[in-house]
Formats: sequence, C-alpha cells, structure tokens
Amino acid sequence: MMPEPYVIERQETSPSAAACHADIITLQDVAFSYQSQQVIDKLSFSVQQRDFVGLIGSNGAGKTTLLRMIVGLLKPVSGSISLFGTPAPQFKDWHRIGYVPQKNSFNPLFPATVREVVLSGLYGRQKLFKRLTKTDQIKADEAMHAMNIEDLALKKIGQLSGGQQQRVFLARALINNPELLILDEPTVGIDTETQAGFFHLIKHMHQHHRMTFLMVSHDMEMIRGYLGDKPARECGKLKFYVRHSHDVEDCGETNISHSLKGLRQVLEREKEGVTPWTS
Amino acid sequence: MDILTSEFFQRALIGGLLIGVTAPLLGLFLVLRRLSMIGDTLAHVSIAGVALGFLIGVYPIAVGLVFALAASFAIEKLRKAYKTYAELSIAIIMSGGVALASLLFTLGKGFNMTVTSYMFGSIYTLNDTDLFVIGVVTAVVLILLRLHVKELFLLTFDEEAAAVNGLPVRYYNLMMSVLTALVISASIKIVGALLVSALLTIPAACSLVAARSFRQSVFTVVIVAEAAVIAGLLIAGVWNLAPGGTIVLLLIVILLLLLVGRVRFRIRG
Repeated sequence: MMPEPYVIERQETSPSAAACHADIITLQDVAFSYQSQQVIDKLSFSVQQRDFVGLIGSNGAGKTTLLRMIVGLLKPVSGSISLFGTPAPQFKDWHRIGYVPQKNSFNPLFPATVREVVLSGLYGRQKLFKRLTKTDQIKADEAMHAMNIEDLALKKIGQLSGGQQQRVFLARALINNPELLILDEPTVGIDTETQAGFFHLIKHMHQHHRMTFLMVSHDMEMIRGYLGDKPARECGKLKFYVRHSHDVEDCGETNISHSLKGLRQVLEREKEGVTPWTS
Repeated sequence: MDILTSEFFQRALIGGLLIGVTAPLLGLFLVLRRLSMIGDTLAHVSIAGVALGFLIGVYPIAVGLVFALAASFAIEKLRKAYKTYAELSIAIIMSGGVALASLLFTLGKGFNMTVTSYMFGSIYTLNDTDLFVIGVVTAVVLILLRLHVKELFLLTFDEEAAAVNGLPVRYYNLMMSVLTALVISASIKIVGALLVSALLTIPAACSLVAARSFRQSVFTVVIVAEAAVIAGLLIAGVWNLAPGGTIVLLLIVILLLLLVGRVRFRIRG
C-alpha cells in the first residue's frame, strides 16, 4: 500500500492529538471599522486550549467589537477568524462556545422564567426539530445549581436583581458545557461580595475543568492577581493578559457535566472567607 | 335563537375558532418583539390588495395575501435600514397601504360596499372557499409553530443569543413575516382590517398581566382569544350586533378585568 502523505498533517489538526494546546481562536490580521473610524487594525492573536485570556482596554478600544466578531455577530472588514481550527464562516459547532454579553437588553415584562431562559442555551442546530428530553432538564438543573439560582427557577427573569440576572445568563452559557467561555464584563453592576464569588468560580473552572476563557474586564486587580502584571500582547489600545493552565489532573476528564454538578460542593469546600452567591 | 343553529352562524363559529388560535399565538411573538403595530399595517395593505382583487376579478383574499406578504418583506428590509427606529418602517408602509387602497377605491366605484365588509369584517358571509383558506392557514401556522416554538422563544427573547447559538435567524424572521401575512389576510374577513390588530395584540397584553412563564402565556393567549370569539359571536348573534366589534370589545373587557384583578390582588397581598 502507498503511504498516505497527509496523515501527519491531519493528526495535527485533529482535536484528540493536539491535547491541551490546540488553537481555539485564531485571529489573523483582523481589522474592523465603524463607518470611517478604524477600531481594530491588523490584530493577530490566538487563544489556546486552557488559556485564560483577560482583555483590557480603554473605552472605544474595540473589546466588545472583538468579542462580537468572534461569536459571529459582526464580520471583520478584513482578515480572518478561525474557531477550533475551522474558519468562522464555516463553523457550525456553536454549542462548544458559551457567550455572556455585557448587557442583556430584554424587556423586564417578558413572560419567561429563569428555567426557560437557562434551557434556551440548548436551542441550537442540534436541537432543531427535537423536543427537550429528561437529560436536557437535568442539564438545566445542574447549571442552575452551579450558579446557585435553583431557588429562582420559577421566577420571571424580569423580577430578579441585576446580579441574579447575570447568573442566569452565565447558567445559560454553561448549560452546554462549553469548551470556550466568552465573557464581556461579567461583573458590571454586581456587588463586590458576589464579584469575589464569581471570580473564584471561574478560576476554579479554568484550573480544574477543560475550559478556556476570554474575558473583558475593567477589574485590573483581578486581572493582575490572576494573570500577571504584564500583558502577553498589545495591539492598538487592546491588551491581552494570558495565563495558561497546566493543572492536567482533570484534563482527561470528559464528563464535564458530572464535574459541573460537583462544582458547588468543591467551591464550598474551597472558599476562603468569601460567601459566593449570596445576594 | 334560531340564528345559533343556522348554517351561516356555524360557519362563522368555525372560522372564528380557527382564527382564535392562530392570530393570538402569532400576536404573542409579535408583541414580545415590539412589533405590535405590524398587524394593523399589514391589514391596511391587504385592504388595498382586496380592492385590487375586486377590480380585476380575482379572489380578493388571495390578492390581499400577496400585498400583505410584499408589505411584510418591505417592513423587514426597512427595519434593517432604520435599525433602531424600527417603528418608522411600519408607519411608512401603513400610510402607503392606506393611500393605495383609497386610490383603488376611487377607481372602482361599484364595489365600495363590499370592501367595507373587509374593513369591519363580515363573518356571516364566509363561504366554503374562505373557510378552506382559513383552515389551511391555521394548519400551516400550528405545524410550524409546534416545530419551532423553542427556537422562536429564544429568537423573541434575545435575537443575538439565537444567532450566537447558530440558529438561522434570517430564515426565522422570514418565516414569521410570511406567517403573519397569512394570518392577517385570512382573518380580515372575520374581524375586519380595522380590528384584526386587536386579535393579535390584546390576548398578548392579557398574558403579560396574567402569565408567569412563557409556556403559560402561550395557553393564556389562546384561552382569552377563544373565550372572546365564542362569547362575542353568541352575543352578537342574539342581540344582532356587529360580530367583529363585539369580539374586540370583549377582549378589552377581559384585559380590564385582569388588570383590575391584579391591582386588587396586589393591594391585598
């Protein structure tokens, strides 16, 4: 038999062979402008699996614009974006990405319960024409449990406080057990105590779960404390702080749903004086 | 009381019951997307279509449907052009529709009376073709909504999240435009173009007051609309009132009762 010449190349791009270090987001010469105003210019950057990337920049630096381009809500003027090795326009596995925008502008009177909103995280391509199953309901329970909002499950979303709503949207992003979580200023409008609990939670998820983070934040204290003093890369007014996790003990973990369930028990054991999720 | 057993009344009841399911269900999604006025606009444009239908001798509801479809696509396009001023597109199309209708009215002087029946509804004149059209529209709407209710919920609650989840948002918006045009052109003969908006929006307004979840609001809109349709037709039949108007006024009464009930409940609680 003739040797297959492309085998090696194919192995490199397959997710199993790349283990912990595959590129999850690849930006190549990405540029964006609103009308004539150039916001992002020639940005090349890549986020690897198990990176925690903190994105810092002044107002108008293009942080939110960049995140919106990555999740496909905006198209770059030039350059290319790849997700999990697939060019973004052809990317179909959106359930692998969780996204929590800066502000959810829903109508406060909207008749939807917390449970209904959390479940809606599942409604993607694979769920088309399919009914919700028992497993889906359990996933919702687990995500709400992890965010400590199971008591609010039957409340209308509009009746909750800002911090509670933020946790609902985090639960919605977590319900798919995403491999990549993109957060746009997740703690704006949340009290300091809840913020501390939240950072504790995402640090835990970064270290012990196979989850990659890209987070916009204004909280320099948190960024410096966890990601170091120096940005790994700067582009225009955007600064990228990166920490790569090598806590490989959970890296082979495939059943993340199981670990999500245990998340709160672990957290409660780990917490040092902070009371996460009391509001 | 003889009227209740008469054939035309029973046709009216069947037509009313069918529209009483589809109109409020679609209306719920439209109201939640802040598109309450779209029903009114499409109805006015369809009247222009109905007038043209009479003028050229084609089944008026069919021409009305074509006009409503064209208008809903135009609104969707204009909605993108004016983004944050979405209601502007609705106002433009509405005035265009009324203008066109008035022009067509003056062209064909003979049919003014028949067109009036589409303005205020004439449920007692439903013929077999009308009932068949309404039946098909109801079936199409119910099947599509049943298949896509999850996705439409997400799209309505948070259009960006639907896009990020990888849902084909553009196709869903297109589908909703087509379904709305279908329901409106099928219901103008029952409640009339001037009142069709009530059947779309008032049940949704009731559900915003009463329902505690999206699931409940789906049931609420249908129950409210059907109650108003059945009671309205009976009252109008017995006392010889205008059926379309009676149904709409009953809807408003139900809404007022719910609002008053909520205020009293709040004071006590």
